[in-house]
Amino acid sequence: MGEQWMRFFRFEDTAVRYALVGALLMGLSTGVLGSFLVVRRLAMVGDTLSHAVLPGLVAGFLWVGGKEPWALFTGALLAGLLGVWLVSQIKARSVLKEDAALGLVLSGFYAMGVCLLTMVQHMEIGQKSGLDKILFGQAAALGLNDLYFMGGVTAVVLMLVGLFYKEFLALSFDGAFARALGWPIGIFQGLFMGVLAATVVVSLQASGVVLVSAMLIIPASAAYLLTQRFVKLIVLASGLSMIAGVLGALLSFLKPGIPTGPCMVACASLEFGLIWLLAPGQGIIPQWVRRMRVQERIALENTLKAIYHVLEKGGFQLETVTLEALAERRRASLEAVLIEGQGLVARGFAHFGSLDKAASIENRTLHLTPEGWARACEIVRNHRLWELYLTHAANYAPDHVHEDAEKIEHMLGETIVRQLETRLNYPQRDPHGKLIPSLADMENPYFSRPPWGNKPRGTEGYGASTIDS
Amino acid sequence: MLEELNEASAPPLEVHDLTVTYHKRPALYGIDLVVPRGQLVGVVGPNGAGKSTFIKAIMGVVKPASGWVKLFGKTGKAGLPFVGYVPQRESVDWDFPVSVYDVVLMGRYGRIGIGRRPGKADHEAVMEALERVKMTPFMHRQIGGLSGGQQQRVFLARALAQDTPLYLMDEPFAGVDAATEAAIIELLQSLKEQGKTILVVHHDLATAKQYFDRLILLNLRLVAYGETAKVFTPALLQKTYGGRLTILSEVAQVVGQVEEGMDKHD
Ligand SMILES: Nc1ncnc2c1ncn2[C@@H]1O[C@H](COP(=O)(O)OP(=O)(O)OP(=O)(O)O)[C@@H](O)[C@H]1O
Ligand SMILES: [Mg+2]
Repeated sequence: MGEQWMRFFRFEDTAVRYALVGALLMGLSTGVLGSFLVVRRLAMVGDTLSHAVLPGLVAGFLWVGGKEPWALFTGALLAGLLGVWLVSQIKARSVLKEDAALGLVLSGFYAMGVCLLTMVQHMEIGQKSGLDKILFGQAAALGLNDLYFMGGVTAVVLMLVGLFYKEFLALSFDGAFARALGWPIGIFQGLFMGVLAATVVVSLQASGVVLVSAMLIIPASAAYLLTQRFVKLIVLASGLSMIAGVLGALLSFLKPGIPTGPCMVACASLEFGLIWLLAPGQGIIPQWVRRMRVQERIALENTLKAIYHVLEKGGFQLETVTLEALAERRRASLEAVLIEGQGLVARGFAHFGSLDKAASIENRTLHLTPEGWARACEIVRNHRLWELYLTHAANYAPDHVHEDAEKIEHMLGETIVRQLETRLNYPQRDPHGKLIPSLADMENPYFSRPPWGNKPRGTEGYGASTIDS
Repeated sequence: MLEELNEASAPPLEVHDLTVTYHKRPALYGIDLVVPRGQLVGVVGPNGAGKSTFIKAIMGVVKPASGWVKLFGKTGKAGLPFVGYVPQRESVDWDFPVSVYDVVLMGRYGRIGIGRRPGKADHEAVMEALERVKMTPFMHRQIGGLSGGQQQRVFLARALAQDTPLYLMDEPFAGVDAATEAAIIELLQSLKEQGKTILVVHHDLATAKQYFDRLILLNLRLVAYGETAKVFTPALLQKTYGGRLTILSEVAQVVGQVEEGMDKHD
C-alpha cells in the first residue's frame, strides 16, 4: 500500500501520469458542462445521454473489430445523439412527458448495450481487453490516444463556452428571449448537445458508462450551493470535479481492481455532502447553529423580561427576585428556572444572592447586573412600544397585540426603536397603561444608585423618564 | 442594424389573420390588427384568453398555425431586433444564478452581436437603465432575492437597455404596489413621448381606461380593438369577459378534443 502511494506521487509511472492528466481533463469539461445542465434542470438528460452511448460504443468495436478510439468515439457519439433525439421525438409525438421519455430511452439503450457487450466478450475477435472496463471505468488503462481525444474535446468545450458564454447564458436563462433576439438557437442547442455527448464519450474510459453523468451533476450541484454567480459556479464546479477525479484515480490506483468511476463519484458525493452540511450561509449546520443561537437569545431575553415584570409588580422596592416568583411568572418548574438563571449568570446578566448556598431552590435569589437590567428594560420597552404602535398606527385592538409583540420584541433594532418613538411622540405608557422604561431607566439601574432605599418609588413613580439626573 | 429601420413608413406591428393552436386546440383565432407608432396599447382579457400567446406569437416564440405578423414591415426574424420583451413573471426561473446586472446586460446582447463581448457603451446603457427604474442599489443581488415589484423592474430595465422602438410587456404590473405601478406607468408614458410603441398585457380594468391610448380586447378572438374611449364600453367588456365568448372557447376546446381523438384512432 505505502509503495503504491509513493508510486502515485512520484509520477514516474506513465500509467499514473496518464490517469492524472485524464482525471484533470475530464474534471474540467464535466464541471463546465455540468454547470449548464444543473442550472437548466437537465440533470436527467446528462444521465440518459451517458447510458445511451453504450450500444453505439460496442457497435463501433464490432465495426472495425478492435478497440480503435476513433471508431468507439464515433459509434458512441452517434448513439448518444440518437438517444437524445428520440427523447425529443417521444415527447413531441405522444402524451408522455419528459421524465418518462428519458427513463425509457436511458434503460432501453443501456439494456441493449449490456447485451451487445456480453455477446462481444464471448466472441473470438480482436483484442477486446479492457472493453469490459467501460461500464465502471479504469483510469489506469488510459492510453496516450485516449488523452489526445480528451484534450481535444476539453479544448473545444472551453473554446465554445469562452467564445459564446453570453449566448449560452441567455439561452439557459431565458430561451424565449434568446430566440426573440433572432439567434440561431437550434445551432447553439445542437453544439451544446454535441460537445456534451463528446465529453461523455471521452470520459468513459476513466469513469465508466454508468457513472459518468454523476461527474456532470454532482460537482456542479455542490458548486450551486456555494455561489449565486454563474461564472463562479462554472469555475467551482470544474475545480470540485477535478479534485474528485484525481482523488478517485488515486483511490482506485491504491487498490488495483477497484474501478475508477465509483471512486471518483464517491469522492464527488463526499464533497457534495460536506458542502451541503457546512457551506457558510446555506449549509445545514450553519443554519442550525444560527437557529439555535436565536432561540437561545430569545429564551434569555424572556427570562430577563420576566425578572423585570416581577420587580415591577413589587413596585421596584426590592432589588432581587426569588426563583419561586420567577418560576410562577414564567409558568415553569423551579429546576427549569434555575437553569435559566445559571444561563444569565454565565453571560454576566445576573448573579445569585451570596447567602443562598444553603437556601432551598425556591428561596434562592437573582440580582440583575447593570447589563442585565439594561437588557431587560430594552426588551420590555420594545414590547410595549410595539404594542402601542400596533394599537395607534395600525389600529389593532389592545387585546390583539400582545402575541405579536412577544415575537417582534426580540427582532427590533436600535434604529427601528428610535423611529417608533418618534412616530409615537415619545410615549410614556403602553396600551394597557403600563409605563414604558425609558433610556434613562436603562442606563441607571435604580438599585445601583446609592442610597436607593432613600428614594422609595411606587410603580407610578418609576420608569418613563421620570428620573431626575 | 437599427439604423436600417425606416420608422416613418411601416407600422410597428401588423397582424393578419393570426391563428395559434396548442396541440390542435386554438388559443388565438383569426386576429387582425395594426398598431400605429407612438401608442400605448393595452391588451385586456380574462385568464387563458390568449394574451401571453399573442405576445409570444408576435415574438415568434410560438409558431402561428396560419396568418402572419409584420414588425415594421418585416416578416419573420428580420423584425425581431426592433422588439423588446418583458416576460410574464411566472415564466422566469428565479433561482437561476444571475445578478440583476447580468439580466439587464442581456438586453444589450442583440446589439452586441453573436460571439462579441459587451463594451463600455453597453455597460453605460445598463447603468442608465438601472438608474431609470431605481434598481442601482440592487444590481449585484441574485434575482431570486428581490421582491415582486423589484423583479418586475429588473425586466423593465432589460427592455430599456434594449432600446427598441417597440416593446411588448406581459403583465408588468402583476405583484407591484401602487407606487411602483405609478412609477412604471410614468416611465412608459415618457417612452411613448420619445416615439416608442408599447403593448402591455394588463389585468386591471379599473386602471386600463386611464393608462392606455388604445385597447385590444381579447378572448380567443379579437373582440374589439380601437381607441380606449371607443372600445371601453360595458357591452364590449361584457363580450370579452362574460357569457357568449366563454361558450365559444368551450366549443373550440370540444372541437380540439374531437380532432385529437380522431387522430389517435386512425
Ligand atoms: N405551452 C402550452 N401548451 C398547451 N397549451 C397552452 C400552452 N400555453 C398556453 N396554453 C393554453 O392556451 C390558452 C391561452 O393561454 P395564455 O397563456 O396565452 O393565456 P393568457 O391570456 O396569457 O392568460 P393569463 O391571464 O392567465 O396570463 C390557455 O387555455 C392555455 O391553457
Ligand atoms: Mg399570460
